[in-house]
Amino acid sequence: MHHYVSTTNACKLCKPLGASLAFRGIEGSVPFLHGSQGCATYMRRYIISHFNEPIDIASSSLGEKHAVYGGAANLKLGLRNVIEKYHPTLIGVATTCLTETIGDDVKMILHEYLEEFGGELSHPQIVSVSTPSYSGTHMEGYHAAIRAVVEQISKGGEKNETVNLLPGFVSAADMRYLKDLFCDFDCELTMLPDHSDTLDGQAMNDYPLIPEGGTRVDAIETMGRSLATIEFGRTLEDESAGVSLQNMHNVGLHRLGIPIGIRETDIFLSTLSKITGTDIPTKYSQARGRLIDAMVDGHKYIYGKRAVIYGEEDLVVGLTSFLTEIGIQPILCASGGKSGKFSKAISSVVSGMPWGMPEVHENADFYDIEERARELEIDLLIGHSKGYSFARKNNIPLVRVGFPIHDRMGGQRILHLGYHGAQMLFDTITNTVIEKKQNDSDVGYSYM
Amino acid sequence: MDAATVLTERQSQIYRKGTSPFAMECNKDSLAGAISQRACVFCGSRVVLYPIADAVHLVHGPIGCAVYTWDIRGALSSGPELHRLSFSTDLQEMDVIFGGEKKLYKALIELIDRHEPKAAFVYSTCIVGIIGDDLESVCKRVSEEKSIPVLPVQSEGFKGNKREGYAAACKAMSRLVGTGDTGGISKYSINILGDFNLAGEIWLIRDYFARIGVEVVANITGDGRVDDIRRAHGASLNVVQCSGATMDLANIMKEKYGIPTLRVSYFGVEDMAESLYEVARFFKIPAMLTKAKEVVREELQTLLPELNRYKTTLTGKKAAIYVGGAFKAFSLVKAFRLLGMNVVMVGSQTGTKEDYEELRMITDDGTIIVDDSNPLELSSFLKEKNVDIFVGGVKERPIAYKLGVAFCDHNHERKEMLAGFKGMLNFAREVHNSVMSPVWRFVPRRSQEKDND
Repeated sequence: MHHYVSTTNACKLCKPLGASLAFRGIEGSVPFLHGSQGCATYMRRYIISHFNEPIDIASSSLGEKHAVYGGAANLKLGLRNVIEKYHPTLIGVATTCLTETIGDDVKMILHEYLEEFGGELSHPQIVSVSTPSYSGTHMEGYHAAIRAVVEQISKGGEKNETVNLLPGFVSAADMRYLKDLFCDFDCELTMLPDHSDTLDGQAMNDYPLIPEGGTRVDAIETMGRSLATIEFGRTLEDESAGVSLQNMHNVGLHRLGIPIGIRETDIFLSTLSKITGTDIPTKYSQARGRLIDAMVDGHKYIYGKRAVIYGEEDLVVGLTSFLTEIGIQPILCASGGKSGKFSKAISSVVSGMPWGMPEVHENADFYDIEERARELEIDLLIGHSKGYSFARKNNIPLVRVGFPIHDRMGGQRILHLGYHGAQMLFDTITNTVIEKKQNDSDVGYSYM
Repeated sequence: MDAATVLTERQSQIYRKGTSPFAMECNKDSLAGAISQRACVFCGSRVVLYPIADAVHLVHGPIGCAVYTWDIRGALSSGPELHRLSFSTDLQEMDVIFGGEKKLYKALIELIDRHEPKAAFVYSTCIVGIIGDDLESVCKRVSEEKSIPVLPVQSEGFKGNKREGYAAACKAMSRLVGTGDTGGISKYSINILGDFNLAGEIWLIRDYFARIGVEVVANITGDGRVDDIRRAHGASLNVVQCSGATMDLANIMKEKYGIPTLRVSYFGVEDMAESLYEVARFFKIPAMLTKAKEVVREELQTLLPELNRYKTTLTGKKAAIYVGGAFKAFSLVKAFRLLGMNVVMVGSQTGTKEDYEELRMITDDGTIIVDDSNPLELSSFLKEKNVDIFVGGVKERPIAYKLGVAFCDHNHERKEMLAGFKGMLNFAREVHNSVMSPVWRFVPRRSQEKDND
């Protein structure tokens, strides 16, 4: 793939957006961006278009004079105002490219602030994370925020029976599914973050300034005492929340791929079974059986179809793994991320499956993806809404998964994980292929 | 209620009609931690220039600014669609340390070679303002090499709010105006400023003007073209909609080329009709005014009966308005009145003192008028006034929906044409379809009301 200087139609978002999403998954928390007002507003708008939920992100609203003299005063004032009106239990402060570049020392400012006000009763916890938009994507921001939360809040102590789960950026439906799953395993769970309610809430009588739900701060405090940590992601940085829990509090770490499809889910469930000493509940072995039955029923419709998969690296890895299981050929795997681990992760999930290694491109944008995909004779696109213009131009069906989905309803309710998620993905993907064939046919068959 | 929801520093930006004295403050910097609905300078520039469809719009900065504004507006083009692509220099850490000028130069050359645009706009972002890249000189160099206008837009995010962004956009455009050939332009010609062709609105407006015999030289900026803007100084009149966004350009053109300005609005029946009359009056041709009256009559003949059907069901319903610029709010107040509805709250992100005075004049007693509001306040106003429909943009939508209040998107992302006579009908239909939906029977707010009966 040719490497261009300019980026056209990026396949990534910026770091503070990821941090804001992660902070949103903590109970009683308000995400706070230290920077100019526009960042918070743009990100709110972007996140709303996927979740259709309120997401209040505070800002220190820096102006020109703060860019010259530093943003400390506004950061402190902003915190005061948020505390006064939102009564949070936690404020997650993420920096932006502006405050990183003018050199604000947020840790020191917060230290000063806490000396001034921290003694007040019921003062919220303040977690800070450095998220300059010029290095890394929203996923690095997301993971950095989770790591900051763990490092700044969790404590050690006597071990308990809880298992920590760091699921990464999965959908609200995925998070609900994971909670149910742990329940079915009879296992105490601390999942961080948890936006299953905070970003997919109910109709209300009052505007929820801070929506109900999210990981409880007291649960985060005891994460250092847990039995083990399961952390999803094959492309994570070497430093992560899971690694910190291991290093700081000696909590055993199991790093697994996001459980999409049969093999990655098998690994997840057998790991959990081993940790908890509980057999895999019948509900899940039955779901696995039904999934395989459905895959048999539908395999002919999709065999050999050529797919482009794009989006966040770990999501693409999981989807690619699943596609090879159902007989779809991954041709091009692309992401705007550049963890340096993408290709290796793809290689490990396609190994032993038909077709071998697809083309893998990190640091790609949609100009790159489209340019290459045009040469590759593609049947199917799998990824978020941003692939739509290409799909439309070339009359290639697009199966929407991940984030953002802002041209359809219910992105937050798409289930990707586990056998149940694989079942839904299988039905959607197969029906998409069938529908395309049906629509393109002169006959218009009314049976498959 | 106020004590719990309104920060002390913000109390002067809220006024209830009927209480005295009227001393609303506005045009202030947003308060830190207040969760303003405003964006930034860059946003202001980006939204104004965005619809110019045959220019490359390159955002010089880290990826966020470009990616959050990719294909964000419903601004349509009848030809090229370069404006729907998102271009960024995607600055990385090394660029921040060593400067981004080289990358900017290369990116510009690459994009101009690839897309052959008529011009390029280069937007400065927060970080570029800090590291001090010299946009002006890079743009000048590329412009000379590629023989097209390459225009820096000084839109560093932190240097104010959207208004400063509008001004920066107008300044960039003003460098285009006056560089094209004005031969063959009719005496009865105008530029349309401040319409962004959302859902094709400018085509409708242009049709009305064509029917009364007025030539449109440049669309600024809906369905906009670089070459049209270059010859915009050949028009006899600038017709400006949208209070903040393009007035600066009209002022520059007035000063430099003596082109007078007419402020109009195409929203609502009265304002749309008045816009045509005003233009006709300006040209002082009785036949044109007659034609304008004919157009209005023709349009109303089909519109009013249909509008009345909606009015029957909507009469007495309560509406709240929160929009970017206050000028749109004036029209909306009138449009709701035409539907028999009562406006109980109205606010804007960037209104001026004069704007709020005007709102005070045209609203009923008890109406809440608010500047630079936030979710906390807006949600409390919606509840207090028991509002039936809220008009705003995407950021306001979840506030309404979460509380079980109907909503109409009147922002730049809408896909429905709301301007002109036809737009008024669409507006009424959209309000009607949201307000009358049976879903509200099930939301907690309404089901509780039922329990109380």
